[in-house]
Amino acid sequence: MRSFHYERAADTPDAVAACAAGATIIAGGTNLLDLMKREVVQPERLIDITRLDLRTIESAEGGLSIGALVSNSDLAAHRDVRRDWPVLAQALLSGASGQLRNKATTGGNLLQRTRCYYFQDSAMPCNKREPGSGCHALGGATRLHAILGGSDACIATHPSDMAVAMTMLDASLDIIGKDGASRRLRLRDFYRLPGDTPHIETVLQPGDLIAKVVLPPPAGGRQTYRKVRDRASYAFALVSVAARIELAEGRIADASLAFGGIAPRPWHDPAVDRLLVGEVPSAALFARVADVLLDGAAPQEGNAFKVPLLRRTLTATLNELCREIPQ
Amino acid sequence: MQTKLTINGKSHNLNADTRTTLLDALRNHLGMTGTKKGCDHGQCGACTVIVNGRRINSCLTLACMHDGNEVTTIEGLGTVDDLSPLQRAFVAHDGFQCGYCTPGQICSATAMLEEIKAGWPSHVSADLNAEIALSDAEIAERMSGNLCRCAAYPNIVEAIRTVAQGGRT
Repeated sequence: MRSFHYERAADTPDAVAACAAGATIIAGGTNLLDLMKREVVQPERLIDITRLDLRTIESAEGGLSIGALVSNSDLAAHRDVRRDWPVLAQALLSGASGQLRNKATTGGNLLQRTRCYYFQDSAMPCNKREPGSGCHALGGATRLHAILGGSDACIATHPSDMAVAMTMLDASLDIIGKDGASRRLRLRDFYRLPGDTPHIETVLQPGDLIAKVVLPPPAGGRQTYRKVRDRASYAFALVSVAARIELAEGRIADASLAFGGIAPRPWHDPAVDRLLVGEVPSAALFARVADVLLDGAAPQEGNAFKVPLLRRTLTATLNELCREIPQ
Repeated sequence: MQTKLTINGKSHNLNADTRTTLLDALRNHLGMTGTKKGCDHGQCGACTVIVNGRRINSCLTLACMHDGNEVTTIEGLGTVDDLSPLQRAFVAHDGFQCGYCTPGQICSATAMLEEIKAGWPSHVSADLNAEIALSDAEIAERMSGNLCRCAAYPNIVEAIRTVAQGGRT
């Protein structure tokens, strides 16, 4: 690890000022320190925000306000989350290990970096790590890589499970800018697709600090998070689906779906949600939904399996949520 | 950088480079080598310690970030003459072969049993809101952050189950 200057933020303005001056925020550190040890990132200045008052989970605006420093464990175990947003608890509990969830924060989880093997290996070219150096994932090992939303410069996936559930739930972020003002942004508008600038992953500006995630009021119907991975625990998603389906009189009254492991950001396709609403659940409908979702998919040789895997995982999830509930 | 740590109830003043992880601080600066370094990337769990009541990977955190914190390591859980219940159970059930992952396994399991008492669900819990039925699957899922290259897993699960059920070993 390269040496760096370390300082501890006393309050939010302190953190924002350091951040605007080029410091890298450290909170849980589980991802950042791993990357610093590998010299994938080499910050010269770290600002530790763990002493800031951003650890509260509270009811707000009919929904839930989650401080950026709330740990993944505390969020998954929170009574309201388990009862009213179970998809979020499930997504969190399907990620990482007990030790990591105790450290990892809500804000940090959103900003974790890709698990692309080439990004993680500082000896390899990578357009995300070193813009313009090339991409060896293209034509290389692509088991974890994107089939949707990638570009000729980058096909890395976003690794978070939590962010997929929050995208499905249409969560928003409260961000404090370098002028000290807070602004709200939908998570669905937070991540950028790689295009020819894969090193720019979000719409955050220098000096921005994520202060909170805000969940909208609990919605009706049933919700679930289904994750497919190479081992039963402690592995990143090959494919995952976060879904909420509300049924009324045998038809789908409302639907929201988001997908993980398949794209550079938690994937939400409004056309998929629209296609389901008003319809009677059927195998034919679910096949049409998968067709729309996968329209434009551009798999590599090493991840072509994700096309049928996503189709089947989507179908299984919709079958589960549309099944008659035994009385 | 000056950092004050309370480790196993005893106060320590550390003066180390900011790069020093909590793991390296324990092993190389404070001479407490019970906590092991395996992968050094948060994947194997050999470095698990308990900080302010929570189990964490000590390799993935900076010592200086823990100024004022309370750390419990394997040295604080029991002694040769007075083993903790989990330590006794690991011996009785043969929960190890080479023993390298064992301090991490025992620190992790100690905190994990508290998480169950607090009612935290896991990925394999059938109902997020119900009381947890402590199956072997629950133990395996909750301990997935601790690898054992000797694959003593069945005996590790047995040891933990025995302690969780309040059994004497």
